[in-house]
Amino acid sequence: MSTMTATMPSSALDQDWRRVLRWGLICGGVLIALCLVGMPVELDRRELIERYLSLGYVSVLMIPILIGRIAATQVVLEGVESRKQGLYDLVTGLAVGILGGVSLSVLIVALDSWNLRDPLVNWSPKLFRFLTYENGIGFGLMAWIVTCGLLGMMGAASHVVPAMVRRVSGIVVLSLLGISVLEGAIEDLSEGFRLEWLTDLLYAKKGGLTLTSAILAGAAIAVVAVLTSGRVKALTTSYREKEGADRQKASIILFVVVAVLVIVLPIFLGKIMNELLANVGLFLLLALGLNIVVGLAGLLDLGYVAFFAVGGYTTAVLTSPNSPFFAPEMHFGFALIFVVIFAIVVGLVIGAPVIRMRGDYLAIVTLGFGEIIRLLFLSDWLGPYFGGAQGITNIPGVDLGFATVKGTDPRSVFYLVLFFCAIAIYVSWRLQASRLGRSWMAIREDEQVAETMGINTVNSKLMAFVVGAVMAAFSGAVLAAKVGSIFPTSFMILISIIILVVVIVGGMGNIAGVMVGSFVLIGVLGGPKQPGLLQEFQNFKLLIYGMLLVFMMLKRPEGLVPSARRSRELHQDEFLQDAWLKGDKPGTDDDDGETVGDDGGEEE
Amino acid sequence: MSLLEIKDLKITFGGLDALSGLNFHIDEGEIVSVIGPNGAGKTTFFNAISGLVAPTEGDIEFEGESILGLDPSTVTSLGIARTFQNVRLFPNMTVLENVMVAQHCRTKELIYGALFQTKAFRKEESEIRERAIEILGFFGNRLIGYRLDQPAFMLSYANRRRLEIARAMGTQPRLLLLDEPVAGMNPIETTELTNLIGRLRSEWGFTIVMIEHDMKVVRDVSDRVVVLDHGVPIAQGSYDEVSTDPNVIEAYLGRPVEAKA
Repeated sequence: MSTMTATMPSSALDQDWRRVLRWGLICGGVLIALCLVGMPVELDRRELIERYLSLGYVSVLMIPILIGRIAATQVVLEGVESRKQGLYDLVTGLAVGILGGVSLSVLIVALDSWNLRDPLVNWSPKLFRFLTYENGIGFGLMAWIVTCGLLGMMGAASHVVPAMVRRVSGIVVLSLLGISVLEGAIEDLSEGFRLEWLTDLLYAKKGGLTLTSAILAGAAIAVVAVLTSGRVKALTTSYREKEGADRQKASIILFVVVAVLVIVLPIFLGKIMNELLANVGLFLLLALGLNIVVGLAGLLDLGYVAFFAVGGYTTAVLTSPNSPFFAPEMHFGFALIFVVIFAIVVGLVIGAPVIRMRGDYLAIVTLGFGEIIRLLFLSDWLGPYFGGAQGITNIPGVDLGFATVKGTDPRSVFYLVLFFCAIAIYVSWRLQASRLGRSWMAIREDEQVAETMGINTVNSKLMAFVVGAVMAAFSGAVLAAKVGSIFPTSFMILISIIILVVVIVGGMGNIAGVMVGSFVLIGVLGGPKQPGLLQEFQNFKLLIYGMLLVFMMLKRPEGLVPSARRSRELHQDEFLQDAWLKGDKPGTDDDDGETVGDDGGEEE
Repeated sequence: MSLLEIKDLKITFGGLDALSGLNFHIDEGEIVSVIGPNGAGKTTFFNAISGLVAPTEGDIEFEGESILGLDPSTVTSLGIARTFQNVRLFPNMTVLENVMVAQHCRTKELIYGALFQTKAFRKEESEIRERAIEILGFFGNRLIGYRLDQPAFMLSYANRRRLEIARAMGTQPRLLLLDEPVAGMNPIETTELTNLIGRLRSEWGFTIVMIEHDMKVVRDVSDRVVVLDHGVPIAQGSYDEVSTDPNVIEAYLGRPVEAKA
């Protein structure tokens, strides 16, 4: 139990019990929290494998596996001999799992004995039935302790079994999970490709895989996993290791492939998927704008939704016949000109007073402005012009001559959004590598020094604010045309926050990162009101957002696809170390052999 | 007409006179050193010139025009650039970008040019880049080659100081304010930089005001020395005059024991 025996155990039972206890309690805590949040009961309705496994059970059962795996992870220190992983770790996993199971048992007993439904909404007989599998309390207790123990051991076993087995079983489990959870999306996709027979074969009538199809699909995936073993990894590492022109070429190829996919795929997709893509696009457009403001210029703008609202309302007033005060019923294209003008004006009006503030102050003031704009649209004062809480309805779609873009045809909306996103991406990309982009970077690094180096920081920051505002306003305009009606409630503060989360999780300051971020968050999890691929998690979306954000901040603060600059910034020490290691090898240093300490050579 | 004229400059921080009654001028092409013990108000003096601190009284004239109350960026665009005592680079920007961004106030392309990649834009970009490389080349091979694309935080301490000077040069100033340019450098690096400071004047035509503690550097490059103590100028003149001035010796070493009684 001392640290000596913990690193070099003599037997499998000679565990670091404090550590085991800690992880066991964490495991139990997570399990209980999950149950009380209501996730398992709610998701129990969704069958993954017909009659055998529901999403509810999966959401609980994965916890001991994950925590068992984490608990059995060995910290490998360079230069220190590490022990071989084996039985010792299995015991760790087992113990952690059992502790988790015991905690759940305590919950079951408590559920049976007391009624705490008043503060805890999910303290219900339903949860009790779920946990005991409707087989009585004794069975429930035993079942959970045993299963959690076994699953914890399975999680730990992932360190023990050969890499190949780990890889194949991991891929099989995850893809089966993916296939079953994404049933709706896959059915939609297969319809587009006329492959309904495949999904009919795969899925049961009432939803979920059938047991046979699960086994068959699992076997097929396992074969594929064995065959492709190592290839994917080789491909990604070869991409990562490329430098300069080669890397650029690879990036261009990647970009073209993605672009073609994005343009062609919607033709084969059904309504639901196209709707989803259109939503992703709308949020991507917002996120790209915010990326300029926050990611490039470093201005934490929490009231970004204001510009979204300006775009939406401008379009609504100018195009809708139902606009209460002034209804010119313009064409969307003309209205866009005014959208840009108003976005710039509002950007300047909000920006000019707040832009002189720094950091936290700016965040708080913009937060206020975001709400003010929404409340103005809601107010009685502007009610006669913008319809107050009733909003503006009956906004026509976009008449392009050959087609009309409107909400009932999500594919057309997607293409419209795509057009604006393409513009936004181009603008971000060009501005990044320009005089203005450099001044934003400098301001983000050190505002005072930037000012002393001759950059008019107020102008530069305003410019960032306005460019971001215009992008958000475009997004608002498309939203108005898509939904056909605009209400103050469409522009809640939550949108500002979710877009910020998109930018942070995706990778601040990186266009590809923002794209990935909006796809993962809006596409997979869903927007504030828009369903994502995981529709089942609709009610727990904000919880998952929060957990994801905390996790990212702890483990990967630079985001999923970070910009090189930002990951350097957040990992300066490691970066310096790497550079030192690289420079230390003979033949890689090209001039004076200087590394961290300086040379002192003569001037040539 | 002198390039920079300081008239009765007084700066007060909450009752404490950081500077008072400072009067002097700098002629075009001079190298002037400002010396004095810690807390003498040297950096405050620089901050006042570059617009970071507003003087309480007095006036600062650059080329005959008062620069009081101007933004730091405006001051820089008039032709005054500075470095910082505690090196303040843009650490996550590359070496090249650090110098490129300094040319902001000498260039003018905005959004339109960048979006449509106009001829003027591309020309200006390549000029900015070339000038940056030219400036960095002034420091030998220290800051060019593979270092151009390294982030500034990776540089060694001495190179960071060099890059700060390069960045100040990027703003294309007429007057260069160097705040302890050789602080923390070893003797060889110090000698080298001393030569460079001389060349900054002879080859680039900068007028230089320098705060420095290293008396060897002060002696070797400066035409004139101003000594500050507790915010008050106590001596001005050539290095030899100043170094024998009893007031200066007192400020640095303290009063002789007999005088105390």
